[in-house]
This record gives sequence, C-alpha cells and structure tokens, in this order.
Amino acid sequence: MTEHQPTTERGRIRIEGFEEAVDETDRDGVDVWDDDRRSERRGRLEDVWRRFRSNRSAMVGLGVVAGLVFLTVFARPLEFSTMGYTITVQPFSLAPHDPSEMYVGPANAGPSLAHPFGTDWAGRDQFSRVLAGGRFSLSIGAIAVALALLVGIPLGAIAGYAGGWVDELVMRLVDTLYAFPFLVLAIAIVAVLGQGYWNLVAALALTGWIGYARLLRGEVLAVKEREYVTAATALGVPDRTVVFRHVVPNAIAPVIVQATLNVGTVVLSAAALGFLGLGLDPSTAEWGAMLSRGRDSLVHGHWHVTVFPGLAIFLFVMAINLVGDGLNDALDPQGETVERRRR
Amino acid sequence: MALLEVEDLVVQFYTEDGTVRAVDGISYEIDRGETVALVGESGAGKSVTCLSLLRLLERPGEIVSGEIRFDGRDVLGLSDEELRDLRGNEIAMVFQDPSAALNPVYTVGEQIAEAIRAHEDVTDETARRRAIDLLERVEIPDAASRYSEYPHEFSGGMQQRVVIAMALSCEPDLLVCDEPTTALDVTIEAGILELLEDLAAEFDTAIQLVSHDLGVVAGLCDRVQVMYAGEIVERAPTEELYYDPKHPYTVGLMASIPRIGDDRDELPTIPGSMPDLVDVPTGCRFHPRCPYAEEACRLRAPSLVDVETGVPADEPAPNDHLAACHEYTDDLVDGLDYEVVVEDGGGLE
Amino acid sequence: MSLANYVLRRVVVTIPVLLGVTAITFSLLHVAPGDPIDVVTGFQNVDDDVEASLRAEYGLDRPVWEQYLVWVADVLTLEFGESPVTGRDVGATIAERLPYTLLLGGSAWLLSLLIGIPAGVVAAVKRGEPADEVSRIAALAGIATPNFWLGLVLLLVFGVHLGWFRVIPPDAPLLSLEMLWFMLLPTITLGTASAALVMRLLRSSMLRELNEGYVRTARAKGLRERTVIWKHVLRNSLIAVVTVAGLQITLLVDGAVVVEQVFSWPGMGRLLVDAIGRRDFPVVQASVLLIGVTVVVANLLVDITYSYLDPRIRYDR
Repeated sequence: MTEHQPTTERGRIRIEGFEEAVDETDRDGVDVWDDDRRSERRGRLEDVWRRFRSNRSAMVGLGVVAGLVFLTVFARPLEFSTMGYTITVQPFSLAPHDPSEMYVGPANAGPSLAHPFGTDWAGRDQFSRVLAGGRFSLSIGAIAVALALLVGIPLGAIAGYAGGWVDELVMRLVDTLYAFPFLVLAIAIVAVLGQGYWNLVAALALTGWIGYARLLRGEVLAVKEREYVTAATALGVPDRTVVFRHVVPNAIAPVIVQATLNVGTVVLSAAALGFLGLGLDPSTAEWGAMLSRGRDSLVHGHWHVTVFPGLAIFLFVMAINLVGDGLNDALDPQGETVERRRR
Repeated sequence: MALLEVEDLVVQFYTEDGTVRAVDGISYEIDRGETVALVGESGAGKSVTCLSLLRLLERPGEIVSGEIRFDGRDVLGLSDEELRDLRGNEIAMVFQDPSAALNPVYTVGEQIAEAIRAHEDVTDETARRRAIDLLERVEIPDAASRYSEYPHEFSGGMQQRVVIAMALSCEPDLLVCDEPTTALDVTIEAGILELLEDLAAEFDTAIQLVSHDLGVVAGLCDRVQVMYAGEIVERAPTEELYYDPKHPYTVGLMASIPRIGDDRDELPTIPGSMPDLVDVPTGCRFHPRCPYAEEACRLRAPSLVDVETGVPADEPAPNDHLAACHEYTDDLVDGLDYEVVVEDGGGLE
Repeated sequence: MSLANYVLRRVVVTIPVLLGVTAITFSLLHVAPGDPIDVVTGFQNVDDDVEASLRAEYGLDRPVWEQYLVWVADVLTLEFGESPVTGRDVGATIAERLPYTLLLGGSAWLLSLLIGIPAGVVAAVKRGEPADEVSRIAALAGIATPNFWLGLVLLLVFGVHLGWFRVIPPDAPLLSLEMLWFMLLPTITLGTASAALVMRLLRSSMLRELNEGYVRTARAKGLRERTVIWKHVLRNSLIAVVTVAGLQITLLVDGAVVVEQVFSWPGMGRLLVDAIGRRDFPVVQASVLLIGVTVVVANLLVDITYSYLDPRIRYDR
C-alpha cells in the first residue's frame, strides 16, 4: 500500500500506475463486467409478433378479419367445374338462401327471424347476400393489393436502386398518375375497360401500385446508403442480388403496413364503384352494389337495405385498419424506443 | 444557506427491461456565484440530474424521492405557476446540442424575446431591444440584423451563443449547462467556455457545468463532483481533485486524458463500460472495472467519506474532499497503487 | 436559395407532370376498345358518308399525335368543344357545376381542419390516456366508414326520420340559406374521412416533435405549457400536415364524386359519373383533365406554402 501525499507542485500532471494496475489485475473472485451479458436477442419476427399480440385492439381486428374470412368462405359451397366434372372444394353453406334467388320472402321486408337482415326489393335474403357478398369485397381487396404489390415493389426498388434516368422515368410516371385521385382514375379506367370483376380488379391494381413504388423507392434510397449494402456491392455481388436480398427486405416493413391498410382502401373503393353503378353489376351481391339502390330504398323507409351491407364494409375496413395500425406499431416501435433511450 | 441544495435525489426510469435508477441518492449544494462541475461518462446520470433541477423530466422518468431546494424553496413542491416562474427566470439551462435546442421555425431573436416576455411585463419593442443587446453580449457580430435570422443560418458555435443569450435573458441565479460544448468543434469549444466564464462573472450567476471531459472542467469550475452509475463517487475543489484524485474512477478518467507531447504509445482506458442500470453490480458499482478491486468491493457498497478522516460527511463544507472508496475506511488489503506525476510547464491555471 | 428561386424551380418541375396529365387524359378515349368514332356517334350505325364527315369534323382522320396537339391547343384556350350527347358546350357545363363542388369541398376541408387539428393536439398531449384512445378509435372509424353509406345513414336519420333536411337539394341559388343548410350533411359526410386523416397525421407528427430538443428548451425558458404546445410544437407539426394537403385534396375529390351522388348535389362529381354512364367522352375527358390539373397545381401551392412554413427547406435543396 502506497501512501498518497498530496503534491504541492503545480504544473502538467500525469497519472502513473493505473495502466499497470489494469494490466495486472487479477480478476479472480471479482465478477468482470461483461459487455455481452444482456445481449440475448429474440428473433426479429418473434419480437414483432410479441408486440403485436400485446396490442389489444390489433388482436380484436385480426379476430374480426379472420372471422369475416371464415364466414365468407363457408357462406356458400365452393365449386369448380372443369371438363364436365364439378369439384366441390367446400361443401358447407352458412347462408340460409341462395343470395341471388328472388322472392325467398316478401320484397323489402324488415328484419325478422326468417330473414335477420330483411329482404331487398327483389325479395332476396339480405343476410345471405351480405355473407356471400363478402367474397367479392374481400377477394377484390386481396387480389388488387397483391397485383399492385407485384408491380409496385419491383418498379420502386429498381427506381430507387438504379437512380438516374430509370428513376426519373418511373417517378415522373408516378407523379403524373398521382395527379389523378384514386377513385377518379379507377372510374376512368373502368370507363375505358368496361365493367366486370377482373376489370374492376385491374382498375384498382393499376391505381394502387403507385403508392408502393413511391414508398419503396424512398426506403430503398435510405437503406442503400447503409454499410452492409456498400459492403455487398464492394464484394462484387450482382445488383439484382443486392436489391432483392439486402435492400428490399430491409425496406419492406412500411410497405407491409401500407399494403394492409390499402386492403381496406381498396375494399372501400370497390364498394364506392359498386355504389356508383360502375363496379360490379348492380344485381351482384357485392356490398357496394347492394347499396346502389340504397337511396331509393331510404326514401321509402327501407333502412335495413342500406344499413347491413354498409355495416359489413365498415366492420371489415375498421378491422383491417386496426391490424394495420398494430402492425405499424409492432414493426416500428420507434416512438417508444425514442422515449426509452432518453436519459 | 446554499443557493441550491440537492438531498438524496433518486430518479427512476420505467422501461421495458425493468426499472432504471438513473440517479441514486445524490446530495450536493451550490453556493451563489459558485461554479460546480458534474463529471462522468455518459449514462452516469448527469443530464438526468440537470433536468430534475427544473423538473423537466418526462415519462418514463420520475423523481422518486429526495429534495431539491432552491433559495430555500422546495422545488419539487412548487405549483405549476411557481415552477414556470422558476424556469428561465431563476434557473436557466444550456443544452448539449444547440441545433436541436432551437426551434427551427422561429427566428433566434423571437426565441430570446419570448423568454423575456414570459417573465417580465415588457412591450414587444423592449423585449426585442433586450434580445439584440443579449446577442451582442454573447459576441454575435451584427446582432441587430441576425435577430431575424433562423437557427439554421447560424453555425453550431453561434447557435450555442444564442442558447446562452436565451438562458441569460432573465439574469438567472443558476445556469445549468449540460455538456455545452460536446456537440461543437474543439476550436469553438474554448470560445464558448471563455464566454460562459466571463458572463457568469458579469451576471454573478452560479453555474452547474456537466461534462464528460475533465479538461473542459479544469479551467472553469471551483469544485468538481464525479458521478458514476447514478452516484457521486468523489467531490473536491478542482485543483485538489486534479493533483490528488482519490477515487480509482477519477484516476482512470484522468489517466485517459490525451496530452500534447505525450510519450505514451497508447492511452490507458478504463476497461469495460458503464454498467446497465437495470442490473447494477453488487457492492461498489465500479468494482467490475476497477483495477484495484478486492473481495470487499464486491460485497459492500462504500459510502462517501472524508478522505482524511474516513468519516461520512453529512453536511460537507465546499472545500472538503470526499470519495466513495473502501480505501478511505481502511477496508482494502492491497490499497490503491498509482501516482500523480507533475511535470513542469503548462498545466492548469 | 431564395424563395423566388425555389418557387421557380418547383414550377419548372411541374411542367412535365402537367404534360403527362394531358397525355393520359387524351389517351383515355384512344385506348378504349373500339373506334373513337363510335363514341361520337353514340354507338349508332350511321352512313359511311356521315361517318367520314364526322371523322373530319372531330379530326379523327388525322394521326393520333396531331390529334393530341390540336386537343392540347384547344384545352389551352379553354375550348373543350361540344358534348355529342347533350349538344351543350362542355366548358359551359363545367363552369356551371364547378362552383358547387368547390363550395362543398372547401367547406368539408375547413370542417376537417376544425375537427382534426384540435383532436390531433389533444390526442398527442394526452398520449395513452382515454382521450387519446377515444380519438384514435374515432379516427379509425372515420376512415373505415364508407362515405356513401355515412351519407345515406345521415339522410335516413336527419332527413327521413327527423325531417330536418330535405333529401334532394332545394331549388334555390347556391349561396342561399336553404342551399347552405342543405349542404350541411354532405359537408359532414365528405369531411369525416379528411378530419380523421388530419387528426391521425397531426397526432403522430406531434408525438415526434414533442421529443425534439426545442420543446425542452421552451419549457426550460419558463413558457406556459399552452404556449409550448400551440406555438412551438404545433407550428412544426403542421408542416407534416401541409405536406399531405395534396393527398387531402385527392381524397376530397374522390369523396365528392360519391357524396354528390348520394345527395344529388349538382357538382363535378355527378357530372363525371353521369357522363360515364352516357358515354359522353368529351365531358369525361374535360372533367378528368380539370381534376388532374387542379391536383397538380394544388400540390405546387402546397410545396410553396411548405417552404414558407419551414424556413430550412429553401436552403436545403
């Protein structure tokens, strides 16, 4: 043990002995601080799922979406007919009536035990129509968003990664299409293509890809600058591989959130087109089309004709939005981390 | 009575990983006109201490216990209106990153004038004139025309001068500076420190200077308190701390200061890093990193004692030298082995 | 870069987009399956001679690019021609309908700000508290409600059952009290989704801003919490809201197309839908073009406002 005498000299100071002590420290019996002690990392997806699960409203939304999908799938039997054979994929029928069969009850009857949602002007069972109608809305939403992603992701990724004239070209096209409101553009496309299920899907997909392309391009531009991408490029990995193996997976999170929310938007747009008489045929049991006569029925006091299909749309879109919001919070808990890291 | 008295202050943060005691029972005081430094690595709880003084902590941080008295008043018991009156008027703050501390969409002049208007019943014109005057006093050239410029039109050093002008606008009794030069270039740093020193003297303002850099503190402060993992581990008058550091952590910090003309190949560093405050080490919090650690250090937490007598000081005088190390209660077998070598020339003021 | 320079640059960038808008609008007629002359004749069989003269009259005998140039030249002089269906001047028809849509859209926009901004501020300030949860769910519901359905339900309740409103617009001038009263329901219907959007956006941007250093500085200065929020934080957060003003306009236009149908409101949206139903392509073209140009110009104005609100932007680029 050395005695410390305070020095009386003043001037430049230097510590001696500390460094040597560090080098010589015999660390037995003393728990050495370990930097990695708290570094067990849960898998990223597992983490996202854990955060999502703890979000009550998001789980409710997921439950509602799952429930609605179940109901529409089992609403009527699913059959495919090819070469004279009819394959029944799904034999169950939750809907009590054929949705397009007329006069299963009196016309414009209010809700009753036999027809819980009442009947429409042609005496069709509204309950069956709402259940079966979900098939149109839900499938249009899913397919149109999937197609839009198929177009938007590659275009956005390529524009963002390649830059230069490719980027310029794609983005000017995107800017131009952005000048047209979603529904107006869809209306115009339907006007050109004509009506029908696939035309409707095409119109909604053609207007939908723009958003993904723009979003993904922005994300790619940001991710591109990060070191692991530079490293991959420097190692001579081909561009295509860099884009789709390294850049896109890291930029995809906001796109997933956007796509989820867009399923809701697309369902709303399809319904709006149906309501305007520009979507599916007005006699189809599509939720929007069922409302196309809503105004007339309203004036005559047939409220049930309006209320139930609308509620179905609302329920589905609301649930999808809750899921999208929950995904957003789960994938990017930044607001939370920002607060947590401050001290 | 001291201007500021902090007693047994405990601040906790509630996080996903558990409760973090960012500040764990610290006590100190600052007299009128005195300049006191809080030194330590990032995460030691220095900034949290500063924010606590003005009750600026936000969720998930919370002052759990302890007392803060300013000019005899209980800061933690103030009403919202009284607190508002304290902030900026009696205790003002200078933040680490001036570019973040200024609102980008208002002119710098407006942001200073606003502080004056908040505390004094003055006309807009008076507030404006005083703001320009303040800009001049922090040595911003062409103050009258720069009044109406936006923060992004100023360099980092100039921005920090604006923040200082803002802090001094109501002639506070205490200026809390949270790493005021950390975000700035080294060349700018000296100017800002000098300005702070001059203005503190001119306005007769006490300063609590927070820094991770012992070099910054040396020229400016009367006293130094070293913080580690939420606790004060050593306090002493500046000169005494430098020439005769007592706590191994302080010694380590000083050993790692680079010097011009250094003949060492490599700077010694303190091994490891600041512990995770969710799960603090047992005994002395510094022991896992301390080259002199012994069995006793792991078992018992040392208390802050007078280095001469080994007696805990309940109400230390400003010039007392205290350290929290078992060495000073004679509980170490091998003791501490280091030496302060003083060379000629240069050195501290 | 000065403000003037910035504006000039933005205007220049807008020109190719405007050209793109005219090209897309023009091609609407030409990518449609079938012969454009069918549109002109209303899909009726006509003599070859008549058809040839019609082709000449509408310039359909010339190459497509020439037709495009002629059309653009016409459009630039606000000459939209006659509707082959109604025989009326397209420009005059639009001029008649436009004020209705502008008034409806404008009041819905105002409503969305009046509701969305305070709600967004309250939700952000009271983050995690019941007020925040309630406005969050309300905003989601506002976005999820189909606007045509909301309109129908409002009509059902306040028009049919309570009798406070007529079901179709009164026969009165646009700026009469009766008409403005009638416009209340369409305004609410149209403004709901917009208000929800503003609220959600403002909430998230306020939460981001509340973490900024300048908020702490403002508090440390001893400003009132009210001043900190409504002066310092809101000003910065509104910048984010302004950036989506363009998106809001497209949302309002989309909404107007549907809501006008629900309330029989004689605006542009109804004109467009009716024209499509009648295959009145010149009217469709003119309406779509007008909408596109409006959105582009609105986005330009938004960018300029944005650069005014955020002094940094003028210098950054």
